[in-house]
Amino acid sequence: MASILQFLVYGLQLGSVYALLALGYTMVYGIVGMINTAHGDFLMIGALSTFFIAKAFESINADGTYPMLIVGLIILISMMFTGGIAVTVEAIAYRPLRYKPRMIALITAVGVSMFLENFPRALPFIGPNPRPFPTLFINRTFNVLGASITSTQLIMIVLSAVTMIALDRFVAKTKIGGQMRAVSMDKDAANLMGINVNKVISITFFIGGALAAVSGICYASAYPQVEVYMGSWLGNMSFVAAVLGGIGDIRGAMLGGFILGIAQIFATAINSTFGYAVGFIILIIILLVKPAGIMGTLTIEKV
Amino acid sequence: MKKIVLLLQKLSPFIGCLIFYIVVTVLRSHKIINGYYMQVLMFAGVNVMMTVSLNLVNGFTGQFCIGHAGFMSLGAYGSAVVTTLIFKGSHFTGVAQLPVFLLSLLCGGTVAALVGCLIGIPSLRLKGDYLAIVTLAFGEIVRALLRLIQPIGGARGMIGIPNYSSFGRILFFVALTLWLVRNLIYSPFGRAFIAIRDNEIAADAMGINTTKYKILSFCIAAFIAGVAGGLYAHVLCFIQPDSFGFTKSSDFLVYLYAGGSGSLTGSVIGAVLLTILPEMLRFLADWRLVLYALILVAVMLYRSEGLCGGKEVPFLKVKRASLYKEPIFGAKKNAAKNG
Repeated sequence: MASILQFLVYGLQLGSVYALLALGYTMVYGIVGMINTAHGDFLMIGALSTFFIAKAFESINADGTYPMLIVGLIILISMMFTGGIAVTVEAIAYRPLRYKPRMIALITAVGVSMFLENFPRALPFIGPNPRPFPTLFINRTFNVLGASITSTQLIMIVLSAVTMIALDRFVAKTKIGGQMRAVSMDKDAANLMGINVNKVISITFFIGGALAAVSGICYASAYPQVEVYMGSWLGNMSFVAAVLGGIGDIRGAMLGGFILGIAQIFATAINSTFGYAVGFIILIIILLVKPAGIMGTLTIEKV
Repeated sequence: MKKIVLLLQKLSPFIGCLIFYIVVTVLRSHKIINGYYMQVLMFAGVNVMMTVSLNLVNGFTGQFCIGHAGFMSLGAYGSAVVTTLIFKGSHFTGVAQLPVFLLSLLCGGTVAALVGCLIGIPSLRLKGDYLAIVTLAFGEIVRALLRLIQPIGGARGMIGIPNYSSFGRILFFVALTLWLVRNLIYSPFGRAFIAIRDNEIAADAMGINTTKYKILSFCIAAFIAGVAGGLYAHVLCFIQPDSFGFTKSSDFLVYLYAGGSGSLTGSVIGAVLLTILPEMLRFLADWRLVLYALILVAVMLYRSEGLCGGKEVPFLKVKRASLYKEPIFGAKKNAAKNG
């Protein structure tokens, strides 16, 4: 019982990383209709920029931890920075290809991903070596029903839950959220209704990048290491999570992320290689039963 | 006279490869090309096969397969098991080597083709991006399963594979692939593939069994990819599951779309150029892949139909009748907007 609870906590921890990243995938897919394979690298940029921003604030660092306010500031700056990178990438590489076949955008995204990974790697002050991630959150361990839960895990799960609820409300209630939904339904019609499509897409990419930064900070706090290739594998997994939940659907992405995280932890407990494959097996089973994912609705193609 | 020209045209992939082989052999004997360049050229050959087979699925049938390295790994393991575990490696010399090698390649190709049929079946229900994701998942599942099987080395990989692939043999298989795929595309099968790509519903209405042809296209592509995997295993003499991940699959996608999908010439040029380019950039050290990525993005931005999208060199084309005066492989101009 205690170990099941323990696995569940680990699963939620990993699931929140996947869910945050999957949100970016699903929003970009829903609005632009492209698979942004470079999205995982936004996570890496978020984690890496946090590392350097935290280093800049090192003088305030008393007895190994940062004050709460500073941590908030660090996270905020990192989110802004990553969001900015995402917007720049969209403006330079994806915008000219918006009306081209989808695979072209996918290949461009592969190129962008390669650039985002190898450019920091080639910069002399970053380089290919992994670095220890600074402790941002207070570290305390609680004992609940025999399972030990660290405060970092709690903060991660709460932080991601709050972000997701905020995003869900944002898209459902605000004016820009409404514009996003309109663009995702029909770009041309939205344009005719006076919606600035370019602006909406930029905002989408900004939000996606910022969420990826949060997810990167969560991941790097749980497994305290940052390196330039950390994003590609996580990106693939959270893409699977987004598809699992029904790509284009925000709640589906969250659900998919948590399902994938929990399933992966439990399967890893049985066999490490199996844990690696279980996500894909679940994906295929779900797609065979429900071809558009758990929450997705299938659009019928008309002549 | 006309018959001779037609015959030459039909056998042009073989003639082209023969000329290339002679040129490389002469250069090799004059020590202009060293062993390292030879190996790069061999990998380029394998990549050409992979890209052409991927072109059959993505470029001509209009399906999205983004886990093509999965088929390659099945072929590589299938053939390596035959030569290394069943026939116990390098006991064979001279004449006996070739049948064993061919048998192993056939075996690898068949394994990949069977699994290709299996993965073709979800394409009955799934379309577009979802199919792409299932193929991605398939590639990763194959990788995970290969890691679990201990007799073939598990995650450590398989060592001691005999060095059977020579440059000439790979070039022969490249020519064979080009010849087969070109003839296939200009056959009724190929026309069905292209019809499905251009409009699946219309193709269905015209009486084409779309399901059958989609699975067939997956099968044939998987077979070729399996053979290419077998060749790859016998060049490198070492294979491990992790070298056939999504990175490898995306390499082939990059070759295909940078070269131009729906064009055999494009596949050959894309695969050869982009295999050699990173090797030529080696002097840049760490900045090598940065520049490669920039070149790739620039190509896609300024020439998004690929280097030779929709075009074909004359000897890879077969002229059949006046009915097809318009290029069959013309880039889809109107359909581009709808993706």
